[in-house]
Amino acid sequence: MIAEIGHLALWLALFAAAGQVFSGALGVTLRHGILMAAAPAFALTQAVCAALAFVMLALAFLRDDFSLAYVAANSNSLLPEFYKLAAVWGAHEGSFLLWILIMSLWTLAVAMDTRLPLIAFKTAMLVVMGALSCGFLLFSLLTSSPFDRLLPFSPVEGADLNPQLQDFGLIVHPPMLYLGYIGFSVAFAFAIASLWLRPPDAETLRWLRPWTNAAWCFLGLGIVLGSWWAYYELGWGGWWFWDAVENASLIPWLAGTALIHSLAVSEKRGFFGQWTLLLAILVFSFSLLGAFLVRSGVLISVHAFASDPERGLFMLIFLVVVVGSALLLYFFRFPPSIAGNYGLWSRETFLLTNNHLLAAAAGTVLLGTLFPLVYESLSGGRKLSVGPPYFNLTFLPLAGLLALALALGPLMRWSRTPVRIILRQVAWLTGISLTAGLLLPLLLSDAFNPSLMLTSALAFWIFGGLWMVIRHESFVRNPSASRVGMCLAHAGFVVCLIGVGFSSTLSQSKNVLLNSGQETTLAGYHFRFEGVVRQRGANYLADVGILKVSPPPLLGWFSRSAIDLRPEKRLYPVRGNVMTEAAISPGLWLDLYATLGSPVGEGWSMQLHYKPFIRWIWLGGVLMALGGLIPLFGRRYRRVARES
Amino acid sequence: MHPNRRKRLLMVIFLVGGLSTTLALVLVALNRNLDFFYSPAAIAAGQAPVSKRIRAGGMVLQDSLVKASDSLRVEFSIGDLQGFEVRVFFEGILPDLFREGQGVVVTGRLTTEGFIEASQVLAKHDENYMPRELAEALEGYHPPTSSQAYDR
Repeated sequence: MIAEIGHLALWLALFAAAGQVFSGALGVTLRHGILMAAAPAFALTQAVCAALAFVMLALAFLRDDFSLAYVAANSNSLLPEFYKLAAVWGAHEGSFLLWILIMSLWTLAVAMDTRLPLIAFKTAMLVVMGALSCGFLLFSLLTSSPFDRLLPFSPVEGADLNPQLQDFGLIVHPPMLYLGYIGFSVAFAFAIASLWLRPPDAETLRWLRPWTNAAWCFLGLGIVLGSWWAYYELGWGGWWFWDAVENASLIPWLAGTALIHSLAVSEKRGFFGQWTLLLAILVFSFSLLGAFLVRSGVLISVHAFASDPERGLFMLIFLVVVVGSALLLYFFRFPPSIAGNYGLWSRETFLLTNNHLLAAAAGTVLLGTLFPLVYESLSGGRKLSVGPPYFNLTFLPLAGLLALALALGPLMRWSRTPVRIILRQVAWLTGISLTAGLLLPLLLSDAFNPSLMLTSALAFWIFGGLWMVIRHESFVRNPSASRVGMCLAHAGFVVCLIGVGFSSTLSQSKNVLLNSGQETTLAGYHFRFEGVVRQRGANYLADVGILKVSPPPLLGWFSRSAIDLRPEKRLYPVRGNVMTEAAISPGLWLDLYATLGSPVGEGWSMQLHYKPFIRWIWLGGVLMALGGLIPLFGRRYRRVARES
Repeated sequence: MHPNRRKRLLMVIFLVGGLSTTLALVLVALNRNLDFFYSPAAIAAGQAPVSKRIRAGGMVLQDSLVKASDSLRVEFSIGDLQGFEVRVFFEGILPDLFREGQGVVVTGRLTTEGFIEASQVLAKHDENYMPRELAEALEGYHPPTSSQAYDR
């Protein structure tokens, strides 16, 4: 029964979404009050139905209803309850149900928001969001329903959740990511509504800003969680692989970052309006493209879901229809251009530079991600992949230029800044960053290390700029939530930059073969292997290696007391999977990381890593997200926009 | 020159300069970092370049895995269904899902003797998922999996 209720609820959600589109569209065209007022009611119905379907699937998991194909493939009666709930979004069908639920919740949030009293405009947004919901619901119902039954021969036991997904990081990662991806549909709907009805004014643009910030924060946190999970779960000691699916989340994040900045100019100064609307369309298009890449199986990736050509075709058609019609509308109803009147040394110029650099970065990542697909179709099926060095070579220089501009941007005034002031600030910053760039690497490394110097110099260049912003009288007098958030997000960028730069240059690792009682040294740390013991977990068997680690005799300033590392090799008998469970001793300054390979002769092969500053990467990501979140609680965005 | 026009000129120069630098970087980077994929049959036919980084994929042949007893060096053969095979050398830790009879993709260089010195070995992520290039190289082959009963 449970599954049938869920299935019915999904169909009802589809009808509600269709009702939202038709009543809204008719209401906006005829300016009919009651028809327009019906759209939010439909949005509420849709959200309730989607939530009901989701709860029903969760119940099916908790009750071990293995007559459902999806439950049978992704759960097991021995699986802990906590993971049974998480398994709801552990594979394609269920995670798409989560996607639908989140879409309906964002729609509901827009429908309930009373700060935008432009009824026709809001209804137009609901029409767009309802149409998107219709597409998602159809996709789920027609190609990937999680409620399909395995009758009459239903299995007595399930195939278990993929062991790599039995993990906290991966439980929270998809919801965060989806909240981000789909959150950008608000900006998308806003852009379409603007093109449909009228160009937005400063008040409505201000209304959009917290929504964009929120989506951007969720997406950022989702990416951080994914990277952190890859680091401790995949056992390679890496945190970013330039994998197609990772890129699929990075591209909308980069474009979303550009959108946040260009919205600032559009709202405060009224310029860049055309560009902002185009960006709003593009960011969500990239989100959809990401979903397509992950779920269609066209790209080679370790994260991709199992592929199915039918699904790929549906998603591709949906993608082309949504993005194509949005872009056509954009080019036919090209919004009026307002010539910006600002000097070369102005905040406008720097925000424009920010947008150019971010767009270029997103473009190069997009190119590298899609190139194998394009090449294959043009060359008649020859296969290739684009290696990580491509991304490092194109992305990192752009990120460096962004870092250069980032310090100066917030110091600029709107419209025009006297060159005399800029020169003085630049002189200070150059002094600070050169000193730091020369001195800091000496503390961290014995050898001459140019990339360490560059990272330190850039970091202090930005910190210096931020310091000047914070000390400036206008900030001291009025530390508004927006400004605090901006400074925090920029500080997060530096922390992340330090993490990436330092950890990639200072990290050391080695593959060793150790017999019981043997020792090895890495970066001054002594690793003594004490052998392997057998342990039993809830649904697995484990070989646990014991490594006694003692720090270098001469205590460095970020050294560590003696610890035990216990890397595991687990066997999950239900699926017959073997899993490496890395042992990590985390720290603000450095991580020690060990994974177990396999028994070789008398001993075991293992991989040891020394990873300084690695935590800073994720810490920076979290700070950036927090920085984006803080303005939402400021007075500025809580004010009600006036009907104009 | 009129200050507004000068500003616009500077902007255009900046944009064109930036765009062409980015494009040049992209082209150079792409040129150096494209890894082509070859099946064992293609390698046997001499289509793969020697000592350039390539990717190759196939099934790990039964009883072909040899592990050194005093180092992390391993060697194994990957083959396709037409009976072509190529020997792979690798120094390091093999992935969890590496097994004889399973599909793998290796990245490495082809030596003049026709072996692959691999720098990376990737095994399938889970039993439902297989890289598409590998699926095509192994067309018709179904690995035995415990959960096959539930696959569609």
